[in-house]
Amino acid sequence: MITETTIPSLDIAAIRRQFPVLQREVKGHPLVYLDNAATSQKPKVVIDALVDYYSGYNANIHRGIHTLAEEATAAFEATRDTVARFINAASREQIIFTRGTTESINLVAQTWGRQQVNKGDEIIISGMEHHSNIVPWQLLCLEKEAVLKVIPVLDNGELDMDAYKALLSPRTKIVSIVHVSNALGTVNPVKEIIDAAHRQGAVVMIDGAQSSVHLDIDVQVLDCDFFAMSAHKVYGPTGIGVLYGKKELLDAMPVFQGGGEMIKEVSFEGTTFNELPYKYEAGTPNIADTVAFKAALDFVTETGKDRMRQHEDQLLAYATDKLQQLPGLRIIGQAAEKISLVSFIIDGIHPQDIGILLDTQGIAVRTGHHCAQPLMHRFGIPGTVRASFAVYNTMEELDRLIAGLQRAIKLLA
Amino acid sequence: MEETKPIAEIEKEIVEEFALFDSWDDKYEYIIDLGKKLAPLAQEHKLDENKIKGCQSTVWMVANYRDGRVFFEADSDAIIVKGLVSMLIRVLSGQTPDAIIETPLAFIQQIGMTSHLAQTRSNGLLSMVKQMKNYALAYKLKNEVNG
Repeated sequence: MITETTIPSLDIAAIRRQFPVLQREVKGHPLVYLDNAATSQKPKVVIDALVDYYSGYNANIHRGIHTLAEEATAAFEATRDTVARFINAASREQIIFTRGTTESINLVAQTWGRQQVNKGDEIIISGMEHHSNIVPWQLLCLEKEAVLKVIPVLDNGELDMDAYKALLSPRTKIVSIVHVSNALGTVNPVKEIIDAAHRQGAVVMIDGAQSSVHLDIDVQVLDCDFFAMSAHKVYGPTGIGVLYGKKELLDAMPVFQGGGEMIKEVSFEGTTFNELPYKYEAGTPNIADTVAFKAALDFVTETGKDRMRQHEDQLLAYATDKLQQLPGLRIIGQAAEKISLVSFIIDGIHPQDIGILLDTQGIAVRTGHHCAQPLMHRFGIPGTVRASFAVYNTMEELDRLIAGLQRAIKLLA
Repeated sequence: MEETKPIAEIEKEIVEEFALFDSWDDKYEYIIDLGKKLAPLAQEHKLDENKIKGCQSTVWMVANYRDGRVFFEADSDAIIVKGLVSMLIRVLSGQTPDAIIETPLAFIQQIGMTSHLAQTRSNGLLSMVKQMKNYALAYKLKNEVNG
C-alpha cells in the first residue's frame, strides 16, 4: 500500500492547459466537465496525433510497400505494444483492436460463446452491468437455450459475493463482470471473482471500460481470460478499443468477421485465416484513432496513474462530503472501494431537471439510467445524477457543482 | 364557448414574455413555474398507453375532440418538461386539427428551446409535438370518414 505522502502531487493547472476544450465557456460560464465516465476530454497530444497522422503519413497499413504505409503500420503497431504494456499482457498478439468495449464483449459472445456455450449451460453476469455486458449474453442465451444468472447487488452498491459463489456450478461456462460500475463507481473484487470461477472451470471476461483509466491493470495477475476496454474513456479517441484474451483461447476461437487482413489465403474452395491478432481484425482498421490512442496511454503513464488516482480520490472524498450536506440528497452506491464518481438523487426532484439547470451554469453531468436499467430498478429509482471526475477536475469546480445544485434545489423544490 | 386565439398570436405572446428574460436561469425559472402551475393529470389517465416515453422523463398526454377542436391535457414526472408541455398546451389546445397539423411551432426556436432539448435522446419536446400532431391528424381523418 502506497501512502499519500510518498506520491508527489500533480500540477493540475498545468494539466488543464493541455486540454483545449477546458478553456471554453458554456452558456456564459467556464465549462465544468463532470461527465468523464461517459467520455473523457482529450489532451492536445492526442488531438495532435490525429492531425499529424492525416497530415503526415496517412496510408493503409500492413500490405503497402511504400514509405507512408510503412510509417502508418509502424505507428499502428506501436499502439498495440503500448496497450500490451498498459495492461501487462504477456504478448502483443493478445491485443485485438475493436471499436470499443461493447464490440469486444460482442466478439467474445459471438465467437467463443457460440463455440463453447450449449443448451442448459449457464452464463453469470451481475446486477450492475452496463447494457453492453447484458445484451450480448442474452442474445447468446436465446440462440443456445443457455441460462443467464445474475449476481445480486447489495444496498451499498457492492456485489453479493456469497450469492455469486452459490450461483457458480459445473454448468457455468463464463462469468462476465464489470470491473468498476459506471453507475455506482463500485470497484468489484474481480480477482476473487476470477479465482472462484476458475475453480469451477469457467472462463471470466472483465469489462474494463471504467477501470482502465483509474486502476492499475495487470491481466496476468488478475488471470482474467478476456479483458475489454475503450480508448475514449482513457483520454483517447472514440471508436477504438481493445479485446485482450488468453492466447490459447484466442487461437482456438472461430473468427468474428470475414474480410481483408484476417485471411492468410483465399480461394473459392476455402480460406485459411491469419494469425493472432490479425485473425480478428477484418477490413481496414480505424488507423488514425489507433495511432492517437498511443498518445493517450502515454499521457496517462507519464502523468502517473498513482498520482492521478490520488488527486481523483481527493475529489471523490470532497464531493461526497459536500453532497451529503445537501438537504434530501441520497448517494446511490456507497461501496467501500469506489472510483471517483458520485451517483445521487434528490428527494422529489427528477434527475433530468437537475441536469438541465446545471447545464445552464456550464456544468456537465450525466442524468438518467446510465445504460443500466436493471440496476436502477433494483434501487427503485428512474435514474440518478452522476458526477464523474478526471485528473483535470478541481475542488473549485466541485464548489461550483454544489452551488449549482443548491440553486437547482431552490428553484425546483 | 370561449373563442381560441390563433396559434400565431399565442406564440407571439410567449416570445414576448421570453424576451423579458436575459439569462437562461430566468427562462428556466419561468418554465419551472409553468410546470408547477399546470394542473396535474387525473390518475386514471396516467396509463402506459398515454405515455410519451423519452429516455429520462415520462410524459402522459390525453386528447379530446369537441366542436371541431382538439383539447389536450398532459403531465410529466419532470418539472421542466412539464413546463414545456404546458406551453405546447397553451398554444395547441383548443385549435382545429388543421391548424395543429400545419403549424411549424416557430416559437420553440424563437425562445431558444430547440437547441437545448431537441438533439438528445433525453428530448421529450419533439416527441410531444409529434404526438399532438398525430392526435390532430387522427381526429381530422375520423371526421372525414364520418363525413
